[in-house]
Amino acid sequence: MKPNSVAIVGAAETTEMGRIPNTSQIMLHADAALNAMQDAGLKPGDIDGVACAGESPTNIAHYLGIVPTWVDGTQVGGCSFMLHVRHAAAAINEGLCSAVLITHGESGRSRVGTGRRGGGSGHTLAGQFEGPFGTMGPPSAFTLPFLRYMKETGTTLEQLANVAVVQREWAALNPRATFKDPITIDDVMNSRMIAYPFHIFECCLVTDGGGALILVSAERARDFPQKPVYILGSGESVETPMVSQMARFESSKAFAVSGKKAFEEAGISHADVDHLMIYDAFAHLPFYGLEDLGFCKPGEAGQFIMDRNTAIGGKLPLNTNGGGLSYMHSGMYGMYALQESVRQMRGIAPAQVPDAKISIAHGVGGMFAASGTIVMSNQEI
Amino acid sequence: MADLSKLPLPVPTPETRHFWDGTKKHKLLLQKCDDCGNAYFPPRPFCPACASRSVQVFEASGNATLYSYVINHRPHPAFDGVYSIAVVTLEEGPRMMTNIINTPQTPEALVLDMELRVSFGEITNDITLPYFEPAEVST
Repeated sequence: MKPNSVAIVGAAETTEMGRIPNTSQIMLHADAALNAMQDAGLKPGDIDGVACAGESPTNIAHYLGIVPTWVDGTQVGGCSFMLHVRHAAAAINEGLCSAVLITHGESGRSRVGTGRRGGGSGHTLAGQFEGPFGTMGPPSAFTLPFLRYMKETGTTLEQLANVAVVQREWAALNPRATFKDPITIDDVMNSRMIAYPFHIFECCLVTDGGGALILVSAERARDFPQKPVYILGSGESVETPMVSQMARFESSKAFAVSGKKAFEEAGISHADVDHLMIYDAFAHLPFYGLEDLGFCKPGEAGQFIMDRNTAIGGKLPLNTNGGGLSYMHSGMYGMYALQESVRQMRGIAPAQVPDAKISIAHGVGGMFAASGTIVMSNQEI
Repeated sequence: MADLSKLPLPVPTPETRHFWDGTKKHKLLLQKCDDCGNAYFPPRPFCPACASRSVQVFEASGNATLYSYVINHRPHPAFDGVYSIAVVTLEEGPRMMTNIINTPQTPEALVLDMELRVSFGEITNDITLPYFEPAEVST
Protein backbone atom coordinates (compact mmCIF):
# COMPACT_ATOMS: atom_id res chain seq x y z
CA MET A 1 0.00 0.00 0.00
CA LYS A 2 1.33 3.44 -0.90
CA PRO A 3 1.61 5.54 2.27
CA ASN A 4 -1.00 8.24 2.71
CA SER A 5 -2.84 7.29 -0.43
CA VAL A 6 -6.16 6.85 1.34
CA ALA A 7 -7.88 8.64 4.20
CA ILE A 8 -10.91 8.25 6.44
CA VAL A 9 -13.15 11.28 5.90
CA GLY A 10 -16.33 10.04 7.54
CA ALA A 11 -16.70 8.22 10.84
CA ALA A 12 -19.63 7.74 13.16
CA GLU A 13 -21.29 5.32 15.49
CA THR A 14 -25.00 4.65 15.88
CA THR A 15 -27.04 7.49 17.38
CA GLU A 16 -27.74 5.35 20.42
CA MET A 17 -25.50 2.76 22.04
CA GLY A 18 -26.02 -0.01 24.55
CA ARG A 19 -29.55 -1.37 24.57
CA ILE A 20 -31.54 -0.50 21.44
CA PRO A 21 -34.60 -2.79 21.40
CA ASN A 22 -36.54 -0.70 18.87
CA THR A 23 -34.04 -1.05 16.01
CA SER A 24 -33.30 -4.02 13.78
CA GLN A 25 -29.79 -5.04 12.88
CA ILE A 26 -29.87 -3.75 9.32
CA MET A 27 -31.12 -0.38 10.58
CA LEU A 28 -28.18 -0.19 13.00
CA HIS A 29 -25.94 -0.48 9.91
CA ALA A 30 -27.97 2.19 8.17
CA ASP A 31 -28.12 4.53 11.17
CA ALA A 32 -24.33 4.45 11.49
CA ALA A 33 -23.97 4.85 7.71
CA LEU A 34 -26.28 7.88 7.61
CA ASN A 35 -24.35 9.47 10.47
CA ALA A 36 -21.03 8.80 8.72
CA MET A 37 -22.31 10.24 5.43
CA GLN A 38 -23.50 13.34 7.26
CA ASP A 39 -20.11 13.56 8.95
CA ALA A 40 -18.41 13.49 5.54
CA GLY A 41 -20.99 15.65 3.77
CA LEU A 42 -21.83 12.86 1.32
CA LYS A 43 -25.02 11.31 -0.03
CA PRO A 44 -25.57 7.67 -1.01
CA GLY A 45 -25.08 8.68 -4.65
CA ASP A 46 -21.53 9.77 -3.80
CA ILE A 47 -20.63 6.30 -2.49
CA ASP A 48 -19.49 3.65 -4.97
CA GLY A 49 -17.94 1.05 -2.68
CA VAL A 50 -19.59 -0.91 0.14
CA ALA A 51 -18.00 -3.25 2.67
CA CYS A 52 -19.65 -4.80 5.68
CA ALA A 53 -19.85 -7.84 7.93
CA GLY A 54 -22.88 -9.32 9.67
CA GLU A 55 -25.09 -8.35 6.75
CA SER A 56 -24.23 -8.90 3.09
CA PRO A 57 -23.05 -5.85 1.11
CA THR A 58 -26.01 -6.51 -1.20
CA ASN A 59 -28.43 -5.91 1.68
CA ILE A 60 -26.68 -2.76 2.82
CA ALA A 61 -26.22 -1.25 -0.67
CA HIS A 62 -29.87 -1.85 -1.55
CA TYR A 63 -31.14 -0.59 1.82
CA LEU A 64 -29.19 2.66 1.52
CA GLY A 65 -29.76 3.17 -2.20
CA ILE A 66 -26.14 2.81 -3.21
CA VAL A 67 -25.05 1.50 -6.62
CA PRO A 68 -21.55 0.18 -5.97
CA THR A 69 -18.80 -0.65 -8.43
CA TRP A 70 -16.98 -2.58 -5.68
CA VAL A 71 -18.16 -4.60 -2.69
CA ASP A 72 -16.39 -6.58 0.03
CA GLY A 73 -18.22 -9.00 2.29
CA THR A 74 -15.16 -10.30 4.09
CA GLN A 75 -16.43 -11.82 7.31
CA VAL A 76 -13.74 -13.11 9.62
CA GLY A 77 -15.33 -12.01 12.89
CA GLY A 78 -14.83 -8.86 14.92
CA CYS A 79 -11.78 -7.60 13.04
CA SER A 80 -13.56 -7.78 9.66
CA PHE A 81 -13.68 -3.98 9.54
CA MET A 82 -9.91 -3.69 9.82
CA LEU A 83 -9.69 -5.96 6.78
CA HIS A 84 -12.35 -3.87 5.02
CA VAL A 85 -10.26 -0.73 5.56
CA ARG A 86 -7.24 -2.52 4.16
CA HIS A 87 -9.10 -3.89 1.14
CA ALA A 88 -10.84 -0.55 0.54
CA ALA A 89 -7.51 1.26 0.44
CA ALA A 90 -6.25 -1.20 -2.17
CA ALA A 91 -9.47 -0.89 -4.19
CA ILE A 92 -9.34 2.93 -4.19
CA ASN A 93 -5.68 2.83 -5.22
CA GLU A 94 -6.54 0.44 -8.03
CA GLY A 95 -9.37 2.67 -9.24
CA LEU A 96 -12.11 0.10 -8.61
CA CYS A 97 -14.11 2.72 -6.71
CA SER A 98 -13.58 6.18 -5.26
CA ALA A 99 -15.57 6.44 -2.02
CA VAL A 100 -16.03 3.39 0.21
CA LEU A 101 -18.60 3.04 2.97
CA ILE A 102 -17.80 0.41 5.63
CA THR A 103 -20.65 -0.45 7.97
CA HIS A 104 -21.23 -2.44 11.11
CA GLY A 105 -24.46 -2.92 13.03
CA GLU A 106 -25.29 -5.61 15.50
CA SER A 107 -28.28 -6.19 17.72
CA GLY A 108 -26.03 -8.26 19.94
CA ARG A 109 -28.11 -7.78 23.07
CA SER A 110 -31.69 -7.25 21.89
CA ARG A 111 -31.43 -9.67 18.91
CA VAL A 112 -33.82 -7.66 16.75
CA GLY A 113 -33.75 -8.73 13.11
CA THR A 114 -30.71 -10.95 13.50
CA GLY A 115 -32.03 -14.27 12.30
CA ARG A 116 -31.34 -17.52 14.09
CA ARG A 117 -28.50 -17.75 16.58
CA GLY A 118 -26.07 -20.66 16.15
CA GLY A 119 -27.15 -24.18 15.33
CA GLY A 120 -26.51 -26.57 12.49
CA SER A 121 -22.72 -26.57 12.69
CA GLY A 122 -22.08 -30.16 13.80
CA HIS A 123 -20.30 -30.98 10.55
CA THR A 124 -17.59 -28.30 10.85
CA LEU A 125 -14.27 -29.18 12.41
CA ALA A 126 -15.11 -27.03 15.43
CA GLY A 127 -18.56 -28.65 15.58
CA GLN A 128 -17.03 -32.12 15.59
CA PHE A 129 -13.96 -31.62 17.72
CA GLU A 130 -14.79 -28.77 20.12
CA GLY A 131 -18.55 -28.36 20.55
CA PRO A 132 -19.16 -31.84 22.01
CA PHE A 133 -16.93 -30.95 24.96
CA GLY A 134 -19.28 -28.25 26.17
CA THR A 135 -17.84 -25.04 24.79
CA MET A 136 -20.41 -22.29 25.20
CA GLY A 137 -19.14 -19.60 22.89
CA PRO A 138 -16.25 -17.24 23.52
CA PRO A 139 -16.36 -17.10 27.37
CA SER A 140 -15.40 -20.77 27.67
CA ALA A 141 -13.20 -21.08 24.57
CA PHE A 142 -11.48 -17.77 23.81
CA THR A 143 -10.27 -17.95 27.42
CA LEU A 144 -8.80 -21.44 27.07
CA PRO A 145 -5.21 -20.49 26.19
CA PHE A 146 -4.72 -18.25 29.22
CA LEU A 147 -3.69 -20.77 31.93
CA ARG A 148 -0.92 -21.93 29.60
CA TYR A 149 0.07 -18.29 28.98
CA MET A 150 0.20 -17.78 32.77
CA LYS A 151 2.39 -20.82 33.33
CA GLU A 152 4.82 -19.91 30.56
CA THR A 153 5.11 -16.21 31.46
CA GLY A 154 4.58 -16.03 35.22
CA THR A 155 1.68 -13.63 34.69
CA THR A 156 -0.72 -13.51 37.66
CA LEU A 157 -4.48 -13.48 38.06
CA GLU A 158 -4.12 -10.05 39.70
CA GLN A 159 -2.47 -8.75 36.53
CA LEU A 160 -5.38 -10.12 34.49
CA ALA A 161 -7.91 -8.44 36.78
CA ASN A 162 -5.95 -5.20 36.59
CA VAL A 163 -6.64 -4.93 32.85
CA ALA A 164 -10.32 -4.42 33.63
CA VAL A 165 -9.50 -1.92 36.39
CA VAL A 166 -7.35 0.31 34.16
CA GLN A 167 -9.82 0.22 31.29
CA ARG A 168 -12.62 1.22 33.65
CA GLU A 169 -10.57 4.33 34.48
CA TRP A 170 -10.61 5.26 30.80
CA ALA A 171 -14.33 4.47 30.54
CA ALA A 172 -15.04 6.91 33.39
CA LEU A 173 -13.98 9.71 31.02
CA ASN A 174 -16.36 8.56 28.27
CA PRO A 175 -20.00 9.65 28.59
CA ARG A 176 -21.12 6.92 26.16
CA ALA A 177 -19.41 4.07 28.04
CA THR A 178 -21.75 1.41 29.41
CA PHE A 179 -19.86 1.04 32.71
CA LYS A 180 -18.16 4.07 34.27
CA ASP A 181 -17.97 3.35 38.02
CA PRO A 182 -14.45 2.70 39.33
CA ILE A 183 -13.54 -0.89 40.23
CA THR A 184 -10.62 -2.47 42.09
CA ILE A 185 -8.67 -5.66 41.51
CA ASP A 186 -10.57 -7.18 44.45
CA ASP A 187 -13.89 -6.19 42.85
CA VAL A 188 -12.88 -8.00 39.68
CA MET A 189 -11.59 -11.09 41.47
CA ASN A 190 -14.73 -11.27 43.62
CA SER A 191 -17.08 -10.87 40.67
CA ARG A 192 -18.99 -13.88 39.35
CA MET A 193 -16.87 -16.69 37.90
CA ILE A 194 -17.72 -17.34 34.24
CA ALA A 195 -15.03 -19.79 33.16
CA TYR A 196 -12.13 -20.22 35.57
CA PRO A 197 -9.94 -18.21 35.71
CA PHE A 198 -12.16 -15.54 34.07
CA HIS A 199 -14.64 -13.49 36.12
CA ILE A 200 -17.47 -11.54 34.57
CA PHE A 201 -15.55 -8.23 34.81
CA GLU A 202 -12.85 -9.86 32.67
CA CYS A 203 -15.39 -10.64 29.93
CA CYS A 204 -16.68 -8.12 27.41
CA LEU A 205 -20.13 -6.58 27.48
CA VAL A 206 -23.00 -7.69 25.26
CA THR A 207 -24.66 -4.59 23.78
CA ASP A 208 -26.33 -3.19 20.66
CA GLY A 209 -24.76 -0.65 18.35
CA GLY A 210 -22.96 0.05 15.13
CA GLY A 211 -20.46 2.22 13.34
CA ALA A 212 -19.45 3.27 9.86
CA LEU A 213 -16.42 4.69 8.07
CA ILE A 214 -15.97 6.43 4.72
CA LEU A 215 -12.67 6.32 2.86
CA VAL A 216 -11.49 8.28 -0.18
CA SER A 217 -8.12 8.98 -1.80
CA ALA A 218 -5.79 11.25 0.16
CA GLU A 219 -5.88 13.91 -2.60
CA ARG A 220 -9.65 14.28 -2.23
CA ALA A 221 -9.54 14.09 1.56
CA ARG A 222 -8.55 17.74 2.03
CA ASP A 223 -11.87 18.86 0.52
CA PHE A 224 -13.97 17.22 3.25
CA PRO A 225 -15.30 18.96 6.37
CA GLN A 226 -13.51 16.74 8.89
CA LYS A 227 -9.80 16.49 9.57
CA PRO A 228 -8.57 13.61 7.38
CA VAL A 229 -7.19 10.53 9.07
CA TYR A 230 -4.65 8.88 6.80
CA ILE A 231 -4.07 5.13 6.54
CA LEU A 232 -0.32 4.63 6.93
CA GLY A 233 -0.24 0.87 6.85
CA SER A 234 -2.26 -2.23 7.50
CA GLY A 235 -2.02 -5.95 8.03
CA GLU A 236 -4.24 -8.99 8.15
CA SER A 237 -3.99 -12.72 8.70
CA VAL A 238 -5.87 -15.79 9.86
CA GLU A 239 -4.70 -18.80 11.84
CA THR A 240 -7.34 -21.39 12.75
CA PRO A 241 -11.10 -21.65 13.29
CA MET A 242 -10.44 -23.87 16.34
CA VAL A 243 -8.84 -22.33 19.41
CA SER A 244 -7.56 -25.79 20.37
CA GLN A 245 -5.44 -25.84 17.20
CA MET A 246 -3.51 -22.59 17.73
CA ALA A 247 0.18 -23.23 17.17
CA ARG A 248 1.00 -21.89 20.65
CA PHE A 249 -1.27 -20.80 23.46
CA GLU A 250 1.01 -18.02 24.68
CA SER A 251 1.00 -16.12 21.38
CA SER A 252 -1.31 -15.47 18.44
CA LYS A 253 0.26 -16.18 15.06
CA ALA A 254 -2.42 -14.11 13.31
CA PHE A 255 -1.63 -11.12 15.58
CA ALA A 256 2.10 -11.39 14.91
CA VAL A 257 1.73 -11.68 11.12
CA SER A 258 -0.83 -8.88 10.85
CA GLY A 259 1.04 -6.55 13.19
CA LYS A 260 4.40 -7.01 11.50
CA LYS A 261 2.89 -6.32 8.09
CA ALA A 262 1.21 -3.14 9.34
CA PHE A 263 4.40 -1.79 10.93
CA GLU A 264 6.39 -2.56 7.77
CA GLU A 265 3.87 -0.88 5.49
CA ALA A 266 3.67 2.17 7.72
CA GLY A 267 7.44 2.40 8.10
CA ILE A 268 7.14 3.35 11.76
CA SER A 269 8.73 2.11 14.96
CA HIS A 270 6.94 1.27 18.20
CA ALA A 271 8.19 4.51 19.78
CA ASP A 272 6.25 6.44 17.11
CA VAL A 273 2.88 5.10 18.32
CA ASP A 274 0.97 7.59 20.49
CA HIS A 275 -2.26 5.67 20.94
CA LEU A 276 -3.25 2.03 20.74
CA MET A 277 -6.49 0.08 20.54
CA ILE A 278 -6.37 -3.69 21.10
CA TYR A 279 -9.67 -5.50 20.71
CA ASP A 280 -10.40 -6.74 24.24
CA ALA A 281 -13.11 -9.36 24.07
CA PHE A 282 -11.57 -10.68 27.29
CA ALA A 283 -8.99 -9.23 29.65
CA HIS A 284 -6.12 -11.36 28.35
CA LEU A 285 -6.36 -9.99 24.80
CA PRO A 286 -4.31 -6.84 25.55
CA PHE A 287 -1.46 -9.10 26.78
CA TYR A 288 -1.37 -10.95 23.47
CA GLY A 289 -1.75 -7.72 21.48
CA LEU A 290 1.02 -5.85 23.32
CA GLU A 291 3.41 -8.79 23.00
CA ASP A 292 2.59 -10.09 19.52
CA LEU A 293 2.72 -6.57 18.07
CA GLY A 294 6.09 -6.07 19.73
CA PHE A 295 5.25 -3.35 22.27
CA CYS A 296 6.31 -5.70 25.11
CA LYS A 297 8.61 -8.70 25.31
CA PRO A 298 6.86 -12.07 25.75
CA GLY A 299 5.36 -12.32 29.21
CA GLU A 300 5.89 -8.67 30.18
CA ALA A 301 2.52 -7.16 29.23
CA GLY A 302 0.82 -7.91 32.56
CA GLN A 303 3.43 -5.94 34.48
CA PHE A 304 3.53 -3.24 31.76
CA ILE A 305 -0.17 -2.57 32.37
CA MET A 306 0.26 -2.92 36.15
CA ASP A 307 2.97 -0.23 35.95
CA ARG A 308 0.33 2.10 34.44
CA ASN A 309 2.04 2.49 31.07
CA THR A 310 -1.33 2.10 29.33
CA ALA A 311 -3.36 4.10 31.87
CA ILE A 312 -4.31 7.76 31.87
CA GLY A 313 -1.04 9.72 31.69
CA GLY A 314 0.97 6.62 30.69
CA LYS A 315 3.34 6.47 27.73
CA LEU A 316 1.12 4.16 25.65
CA PRO A 317 -2.58 4.99 26.18
CA LEU A 318 -4.52 1.80 25.42
CA ASN A 319 -8.24 1.23 24.85
CA THR A 320 -9.08 4.81 25.71
CA ASN A 321 -12.81 4.40 25.07
CA GLY A 322 -12.99 1.85 27.92
CA GLY A 323 -12.76 -1.09 25.53
CA GLY A 324 -15.00 -4.06 25.08
CA LEU A 325 -14.82 -4.58 28.84
CA SER A 326 -16.41 -1.22 29.75
CA TYR A 327 -17.40 0.81 26.66
CA MET A 328 -19.48 -1.54 24.53
CA HIS A 329 -19.25 -4.86 22.69
CA SER A 330 -21.93 -5.76 20.20
CA GLY A 331 -20.28 -8.99 19.07
CA MET A 332 -17.93 -7.62 16.40
CA TYR A 333 -16.17 -4.85 18.31
CA GLY A 334 -13.44 -4.04 15.75
CA MET A 335 -15.47 -1.15 14.34
CA TYR A 336 -15.50 0.63 17.72
CA ALA A 337 -11.72 0.28 18.08
CA LEU A 338 -11.39 1.93 14.65
CA GLN A 339 -13.86 4.68 15.64
CA GLU A 340 -11.86 5.51 18.77
CA SER A 341 -8.61 5.65 16.78
CA VAL A 342 -10.29 8.06 14.33
CA ARG A 343 -11.57 10.25 17.21
CA GLN A 344 -8.10 10.33 18.73
CA MET A 345 -6.55 11.32 15.39
CA ARG A 346 -9.20 14.01 14.88
CA GLY A 347 -8.49 15.27 18.40
CA ILE A 348 -12.10 14.91 19.56
CA ALA A 349 -12.03 11.81 21.80
CA PRO A 350 -13.66 12.14 25.23
CA ALA A 351 -10.37 10.92 26.73
CA GLN A 352 -8.16 12.71 24.22
CA VAL A 353 -4.45 11.86 24.22
CA PRO A 354 -2.66 15.21 23.88
CA ASP A 355 -0.82 15.70 20.57
CA ALA A 356 -1.41 12.13 19.42
CA LYS A 357 -0.23 11.77 15.82
CA ILE A 358 -0.16 8.01 15.20
CA SER A 359 -2.74 5.48 16.35
CA ILE A 360 -3.00 1.74 15.82
CA ALA A 361 -6.26 -0.20 15.93
CA HIS A 362 -5.63 -3.92 16.24
CA GLY A 363 -8.48 -6.39 15.96
CA VAL A 364 -9.15 -10.05 16.56
CA GLY A 365 -11.69 -12.19 14.72
CA GLY A 366 -13.24 -15.35 16.10
CA MET A 367 -11.21 -16.79 18.97
CA PHE A 368 -7.65 -15.94 17.91
CA ALA A 369 -8.87 -17.06 14.46
CA ALA A 370 -8.19 -13.88 12.49
CA SER A 371 -6.56 -10.51 12.89
CA GLY A 372 -6.41 -7.08 11.27
CA THR A 373 -4.21 -4.09 12.11
CA ILE A 374 -4.62 -0.49 10.91
CA VAL A 375 -2.02 2.26 11.43
CA MET A 376 -3.52 5.75 11.17
CA SER A 377 -2.14 9.26 11.34
CA ASN A 378 -3.49 12.80 11.29
CA GLN A 379 -0.26 13.96 9.61
CA GLU A 380 0.45 14.03 5.89
CA ILE A 381 3.81 12.37 6.27
CA MET B 1 -23.11 -35.56 33.19
CA ALA B 2 -26.72 -34.65 33.49
CA ASP B 3 -28.20 -35.35 30.08
CA LEU B 4 -25.89 -36.52 27.33
CA SER B 5 -28.66 -36.21 24.76
CA LYS B 6 -28.30 -32.43 25.11
CA LEU B 7 -24.70 -32.47 23.84
CA PRO B 8 -24.23 -30.87 20.41
CA LEU B 9 -23.06 -33.96 18.58
CA PRO B 10 -20.45 -34.26 15.88
CA VAL B 11 -21.74 -34.88 12.37
CA PRO B 12 -18.96 -36.93 10.72
CA THR B 13 -17.95 -36.05 7.18
CA PRO B 14 -16.28 -38.36 4.65
CA GLU B 15 -12.91 -36.96 5.74
CA THR B 16 -13.47 -37.50 9.48
CA ARG B 17 -15.54 -40.71 9.45
CA HIS B 18 -12.55 -42.92 10.30
CA PHE B 19 -11.91 -40.96 13.50
CA TRP B 20 -15.43 -41.48 14.80
CA ASP B 21 -15.44 -45.14 13.72
CA GLY B 22 -12.23 -45.42 15.74
CA THR B 23 -13.57 -43.91 18.95
CA LYS B 24 -16.54 -46.27 18.70
CA LYS B 25 -14.01 -49.12 18.95
CA HIS B 26 -12.18 -47.26 21.75
CA LYS B 27 -9.26 -46.38 19.49
CA LEU B 28 -7.87 -42.85 19.21
CA LEU B 29 -6.87 -42.49 15.58
CA LEU B 30 -4.50 -39.85 14.22
CA GLN B 31 -3.00 -39.41 10.79
CA LYS B 32 0.60 -39.31 9.68
CA CYS B 33 2.25 -38.13 6.48
CA ASP B 34 4.11 -40.79 4.49
CA ASP B 35 6.39 -38.15 3.00
CA CYS B 36 7.39 -35.87 5.88
CA GLY B 37 6.37 -37.98 8.88
CA ASN B 38 4.20 -35.25 10.40
CA ALA B 39 1.49 -36.56 12.75
CA TYR B 40 -1.61 -34.37 12.74
CA PHE B 41 -5.16 -33.71 13.90
CA PRO B 42 -7.99 -32.88 13.15
CA PRO B 43 -8.47 -35.36 10.31
CA ARG B 44 -8.06 -34.44 6.65
CA PRO B 45 -6.87 -36.55 3.71
CA PHE B 46 -3.67 -34.58 3.16
CA CYS B 47 -0.76 -33.39 5.26
CA PRO B 48 -1.17 -29.84 6.57
CA ALA B 49 2.60 -29.49 6.88
CA CYS B 50 3.64 -30.43 3.32
CA ALA B 51 0.35 -30.89 1.38
CA SER B 52 1.13 -34.50 0.47
CA ARG B 53 -1.95 -36.65 -0.21
CA SER B 54 -0.02 -39.74 0.82
CA VAL B 55 -1.09 -40.11 4.45
CA GLN B 56 -2.07 -42.96 6.74
CA VAL B 57 -4.26 -43.45 9.77
CA PHE B 58 -2.61 -44.84 12.90
CA GLU B 59 -3.65 -45.52 16.45
CA ALA B 60 -2.33 -43.09 19.06
CA SER B 61 -0.94 -44.32 22.36
CA GLY B 62 -3.71 -42.54 24.28
CA ASN B 63 -1.14 -40.83 26.50
CA ALA B 64 -1.32 -37.06 26.79
CA THR B 65 -0.48 -34.11 29.03
CA LEU B 66 -2.71 -31.22 30.10
CA TYR B 67 -1.88 -28.15 27.98
CA SER B 68 -4.53 -25.68 29.17
CA TYR B 69 -8.14 -25.51 30.33
CA VAL B 70 -11.01 -23.50 31.72
CA ILE B 71 -13.62 -24.57 34.25
CA ASN B 72 -16.94 -23.50 32.83
CA HIS B 73 -19.32 -22.09 35.43
CA ARG B 74 -22.27 -21.26 33.17
CA PRO B 75 -24.95 -23.97 33.12
CA HIS B 76 -24.86 -26.34 30.16
CA PRO B 77 -27.83 -28.70 29.69
CA ALA B 78 -25.57 -31.71 29.15
CA PHE B 79 -23.39 -31.22 32.22
CA ASP B 80 -23.89 -31.37 35.99
CA GLY B 81 -22.37 -28.33 37.68
CA VAL B 82 -19.04 -26.85 36.69
CA TYR B 83 -16.88 -28.77 34.25
CA SER B 84 -13.48 -28.55 32.63
CA ILE B 85 -12.96 -27.81 28.96
CA ALA B 86 -9.38 -28.73 28.22
CA VAL B 87 -6.80 -28.95 25.49
CA VAL B 88 -4.37 -31.83 25.79
CA THR B 89 -1.10 -32.50 24.00
CA LEU B 90 -1.01 -36.06 22.72
CA GLU B 91 2.21 -38.05 23.06
CA GLU B 92 2.45 -37.99 19.25
CA GLY B 93 2.38 -34.16 19.14
CA PRO B 94 -1.08 -33.01 18.02
CA ARG B 95 -3.41 -31.24 20.45
CA MET B 96 -7.12 -31.79 20.89
CA MET B 97 -9.99 -30.42 22.94
CA THR B 98 -11.61 -32.71 25.49
CA ASN B 99 -13.02 -32.88 29.02
CA ILE B 100 -10.89 -34.11 31.93
CA ILE B 101 -13.00 -36.69 33.78
CA ASN B 102 -12.79 -38.88 36.88
CA THR B 103 -11.15 -36.11 38.91
CA PRO B 104 -12.46 -33.07 40.82
CA GLN B 105 -13.17 -30.15 38.50
CA THR B 106 -10.95 -27.77 40.47
CA PRO B 107 -7.73 -25.83 39.82
CA GLU B 108 -6.11 -27.90 42.59
CA ALA B 109 -6.85 -31.21 40.87
CA LEU B 110 -6.23 -29.97 37.34
CA VAL B 111 -2.56 -29.10 37.09
CA LEU B 112 -0.97 -28.11 33.80
CA ASP B 113 1.32 -30.75 32.29
CA MET B 114 -0.16 -33.54 34.42
CA GLU B 115 -0.16 -36.93 32.70
CA LEU B 116 -3.43 -38.10 31.22
CA ARG B 117 -4.84 -41.17 29.58
CA VAL B 118 -7.65 -41.39 27.01
CA SER B 119 -11.03 -42.73 28.17
CA PHE B 120 -13.96 -43.24 25.86
CA GLY B 121 -17.54 -42.16 26.52
CA GLU B 122 -20.34 -43.64 24.44
CA ILE B 123 -22.91 -40.90 23.77
CA THR B 124 -25.07 -42.52 21.07
CA ASN B 125 -24.84 -45.67 18.94
CA ASP B 126 -22.86 -43.68 16.40
CA ILE B 127 -20.84 -41.27 18.52
CA THR B 128 -18.27 -42.05 21.19
CA LEU B 129 -16.27 -39.11 22.51
CA PRO B 130 -12.61 -39.20 23.52
CA TYR B 131 -12.21 -37.96 27.10
CA PHE B 132 -9.09 -37.89 29.23
CA GLU B 133 -8.52 -38.77 32.87
CA PRO B 134 -5.47 -38.55 35.15
CA ALA B 135 -3.03 -41.33 34.27
CA GLU B 136 -2.98 -42.42 37.91
CA VAL B 137 -6.72 -43.16 37.72
CA SER B 138 -6.23 -45.46 34.74
CA THR B 139 -3.47 -47.56 36.28
